Amino acid sequence: MSRKPRFTPLAPEADAVGAEPEPVLSFAGVGLRYGRGEEVLREISFELEAGSFHFLTGPSGAGKSSLLKLIYRAERPSRGLVTLFGQDLSVLPRRQLPLLRRRIGVVFQDFRLLDHLSAFDNAALPLRLAGRAPRTYRDDVAEMLAWVGLGSKLHAMPPTLSGGEKQRLAIARAVIGQPDILLADEPTGNVDHEMAVRILRLFVELNRQGTTVLIASHDQDLVARSGMPQLRLDQGRLARVEEAA
Amino acid sequence: MSEAAAAFLKGWKPGPLMPRSDARDGGLTFVIAVLCFFACVTAVAALAADRAASGWTSQLKDSATVLVRPTGGETADAAAARAAEALADVRGVSEARALEKEQAAALLEPWLGKGVLADDLPIPRLVALDLDPQHPPSAAELEKALKARDVDATVDDHSLWIRDIVRAGTWARAAALGVSALTALAAAAVIAFAARAVLASRREIVEVLHAAGAKDGYIAGLLARRFAAMAFVAGVGGALLAGGVGAAARLAGGGQGLTPVLPVAWIDLAALLPCPFLAAAVAALAARSAAIRLLKETP
Repeated sequence: MSRKPRFTPLAPEADAVGAEPEPVLSFAGVGLRYGRGEEVLREISFELEAGSFHFLTGPSGAGKSSLLKLIYRAERPSRGLVTLFGQDLSVLPRRQLPLLRRRIGVVFQDFRLLDHLSAFDNAALPLRLAGRAPRTYRDDVAEMLAWVGLGSKLHAMPPTLSGGEKQRLAIARAVIGQPDILLADEPTGNVDHEMAVRILRLFVELNRQGTTVLIASHDQDLVARSGMPQLRLDQGRLARVEEAA
Repeated sequence: MSEAAAAFLKGWKPGPLMPRSDARDGGLTFVIAVLCFFACVTAVAALAADRAASGWTSQLKDSATVLVRPTGGETADAAAARAAEALADVRGVSEARALEKEQAAALLEPWLGKGVLADDLPIPRLVALDLDPQHPPSAAELEKALKARDVDATVDDHSLWIRDIVRAGTWARAAALGVSALTALAAAAVIAFAARAVLASRREIVEVLHAAGAKDGYIAGLLARRFAAMAFVAGVGGALLAGGVGAAARLAGGGQGLTPVLPVAWIDLAALLPCPFLAAAVAALAARSAAIRLLKETP
């Protein structure tokens, strides 16, 4: 599959403003430290165009999850600028955060399912929080769960699901609202190869419909098979960029 | 869609975003119920104190006492009879009664003891007046009538007592309301503390809700509803208990309540009806404001 690379690395001193189309996501000289510790992300600069598909790769502890957290503003950068949908996340008023987050789908590495809710209610969460009436999304949620192989477990509570099932449920929850950008942290870490490929196909399909996708993964085989470009993190730095095959 | 899925969807209703119960709920409900009980008992006591003060004031306003001093060769009994006659004609006086020497002596017994009064000891005579409660005469009018008949007397229209009783009644009401307000504040503080504890223990749920686009106000509202429901139940319990105590006080004291000093009436128990609703409102406000403050500290 031939694909035009949509990833544009920036030198720290580069001017982000140009004739290019407005990126959906932009990092400029971003650093992140927790407390008084060392920086876990250093001088990160890149842009993602709307509708692009990238993997975020790197060894464990390289800062992949931290980078994703900066995008949905679970963390604020210690320095630098993170811009999403044209909005500087550092100065975005708190009251506008929910609306921004509703445009983001997040697959957490540890799933973060709500154990007191059924699989169906977990998957429906973003639609419910967006204020949609249950009758308007009931069938969509059932269809999505069937697609990820949980059609017979609508009523199941998360503690009764296997690791792979939890992962698929977390993915269903992240994509049910057809977000503008999907962030997934090791979304295939707990599923077999066949399911991993299937999930990847789901992400590709979502991407074709216009969703920008950024997947943190250390599954090099999957990344290679996808043929999608990568952002590679190493020791908190954006070390290497590998464009699409 | 499978039959099982179709059956599930047929009876499906969205589940609660915050778990409905918590291991601490029982203890917290008990504490709030006890606080509601105290608030209710205090409210009933305030009403009873108000009634007692009103009753005493009314009794004092309906009567006056005149102290008569005989002049010239007139006997004390004759002077008292003349004073009663003069006062009976004043508009607003329903009845004027000159008290006999024995009756006047009986009034002094609590201070001097029985049988210690010498026969020749000059005991001042009193005239008791019953006044028209709608149009009671003033002390000046009574004094004027006495002066017109040349009676040397002092009129006590009980105004000093009335002022003291009104002041005491006001203080009693204020104290009861103050205790009720303090109790409500204590309940609010307990609920705010519990709300913060729940949020801390449900941090992961809050993070997921935030990440999925929930507003702070929405999450705070979930907690507010949860604590309001709990406080409503506790309020019902506290009000029922206080109602039982109030009913016992009313039954134990007959028509005058437990004691004439604090007469409880059946209607006072109606004051307990708003308790569950007020408890729920206080709980909702406390939980919401505590949650909003805590949520603002998150990224």
